[in-house]
Amino acid sequence: MSRKSFRQAINEALRQEMQRDPRVILMGEDVAGGQGGSSGVKDAWGGVLGVTKGLYTEFGPDRVFDTPITEASYIGAAAGAAATGLRPVAELMFVDFIGSCLDQVMNQAAKFRYMFGGKATTPLVIRAMYGAGFNAAAQHSQALYPLFTHIPGLKVVIPSSPYEAKGLLIEAIRDDDPVIFLENKVMYDDEDEVPDEPYTIPFGEANLTREGDDVTIVAFGRMVNFANEAADRLEKEGISCTVVDPRTTSPLDTGTILDCVADTGRLVIVDESSPRCNLACDVAALVAEEAFDALKAPIRRVVPPHTPVPFATVLEKLYLPDSARIEAAVRSVMGYKAKQDA
Amino acid sequence: MQIARDTILRSYRSMRTIREFEERLHVEFATGEIPGFVHLYCGEEASGVGVCAHLTDVDSIASTHRGHGHCIAKGVNVDGMMAEIYGRKTGVCHGKGGSMHIADLSLGMLGANGIVGGGPPLICGAALSHKLLKDGGVAVAFYGDGASNEGTTLESLNLATVWKLPAVFVCEDNGYGEATASSYAVAGTQKARAAGFGMPYFECDGNDFFAVYEAAGEAIAHARAGNGPAMLHVHLSRWYGHFEGDAMTYRANGEVAELRADSDCLKNFRKHVTEISVIEEDALDEIDTAVRDEIESAVIAAKAAPLPEAEDLLADVYVSY
Repeated sequence: MSRKSFRQAINEALRQEMQRDPRVILMGEDVAGGQGGSSGVKDAWGGVLGVTKGLYTEFGPDRVFDTPITEASYIGAAAGAAATGLRPVAELMFVDFIGSCLDQVMNQAAKFRYMFGGKATTPLVIRAMYGAGFNAAAQHSQALYPLFTHIPGLKVVIPSSPYEAKGLLIEAIRDDDPVIFLENKVMYDDEDEVPDEPYTIPFGEANLTREGDDVTIVAFGRMVNFANEAADRLEKEGISCTVVDPRTTSPLDTGTILDCVADTGRLVIVDESSPRCNLACDVAALVAEEAFDALKAPIRRVVPPHTPVPFATVLEKLYLPDSARIEAAVRSVMGYKAKQDA
Repeated sequence: MQIARDTILRSYRSMRTIREFEERLHVEFATGEIPGFVHLYCGEEASGVGVCAHLTDVDSIASTHRGHGHCIAKGVNVDGMMAEIYGRKTGVCHGKGGSMHIADLSLGMLGANGIVGGGPPLICGAALSHKLLKDGGVAVAFYGDGASNEGTTLESLNLATVWKLPAVFVCEDNGYGEATASSYAVAGTQKARAAGFGMPYFECDGNDFFAVYEAAGEAIAHARAGNGPAMLHVHLSRWYGHFEGDAMTYRANGEVAELRADSDCLKNFRKHVTEISVIEEDALDEIDTAVRDEIESAVIAAKAAPLPEAEDLLADVYVSY
């Protein structure tokens, strides 16, 4: 065990799975390092943020492929390769680029199994960066996981730490269904204790990063970190919180969420995706339907406003949920008093 | 070009099966018993069969909305196809796919496709599998003149060339993308598009099985030998509307009647093989009779087959969840 960054954890998961299974291949823009350049340096890049750096050198041109900047054809090729015997991991770079190739994800890969009567398997992983906080503005900052969660046939993973990233990515590569694996771009340099050996974290099993009696906070991806910070500070005020990291939005561990709400009676949901029809809505509806009697206060959602992600730092800070807003939401549900009957 | 007698007979049978299957569906659809959309391949039989005559179960194809002919040419079971189109549990996709999504991966048939231009990217992936798994296979994308204008198709021509994939892009040009004529909607030429990617281009008359067979043979041999992708442009005729129920008000009166009279690929086939005395009329008649019986029993079996049940609704969304 040693401290590794989020970037290193993902690289290590890819390397170990490629060593284990020769059918695992990588494709994406510049993932082999950027081929054909005038420097003659092989493996110069490793994707725009260096996540796949070194893998081309280790595994060569039959395992790691640079693609042209043509998302529709190479994401579709990854789906076709997955349906015919390989286990591709395709890097989409920014998840915002999904617009160019959504058909291949939504209508092809996600539907093969069902539409073909259960006779197809599509062991495909699409890795992509998501999230605001990098001043990357509206076309490079979205958190589109609700879009994928909405589509049956896709599994959707949002790791919240380097440890989670490695175990969940190995699980994703070994899974026989198409998996969307979303990495928060602000977290690549975050460090954590990460075991050197391969390990898996099962999908659909939430992780409780804090356990408390008063409020349940369900948070997704990077928001888990903010929820933990908020929970630590609130603890000093005497408010104890359970923090639920669902890890995967499809499948979603509804049982753990409902159990936690039954214990605490209060729920705050933190989601950095656009607020309409997002995961916070989904979890709120679940709890309203299944655990209404357990609620001592209205459900609170900590989410961005319904606007494209702004560029200016001051606006982006206003946009993104943070630990202060989570604390405020927790205090508000703690302070809620039911109206007396007239 | 020399073609073995059993290849000729097998190809004729395959074309006749597609014709009979389609003509029968045209009749059955009108009764209202078949749910959903049906797009008929009638008139285009020589293309799918002429290409697939060069393929084995190891090779892959991806198809289009108009996929019944490609399925039959690739060897998909006709009973299973008919049951699928009737939405039955015994269908090749257990009634989950229907006419537009028939697939059988065990035969390398990656599916008809409800999305125009959906197939070419998938074929790049199948071709990559053939190349890396070194199974000697090639991957063939069938797509229409309408799909030739989709970005996915143009991106795939580029990707297949860059990665030097064993892929063949077969543009089945029936002159119409839905209701809009290719003379209006397709800029430039398919030939120039192939040339733009540095790809060998072959062109043939899709009403002539032997012309398709020969051109497809060259295109597929090029790809199979590891020389990268090739394009095959097949000019053919669509006898029915874009979908069943389409009154074809965009086509001139008599256009289809003329096509049926003058450029029927099955008539051409019979004329060719009997005139050069390779095959006797009797042998072909025998195939016609056998195929009629086969389609008749497929329709009867499909109508009698069980419907899917409630528990099938949620089955096979995922391998595991």
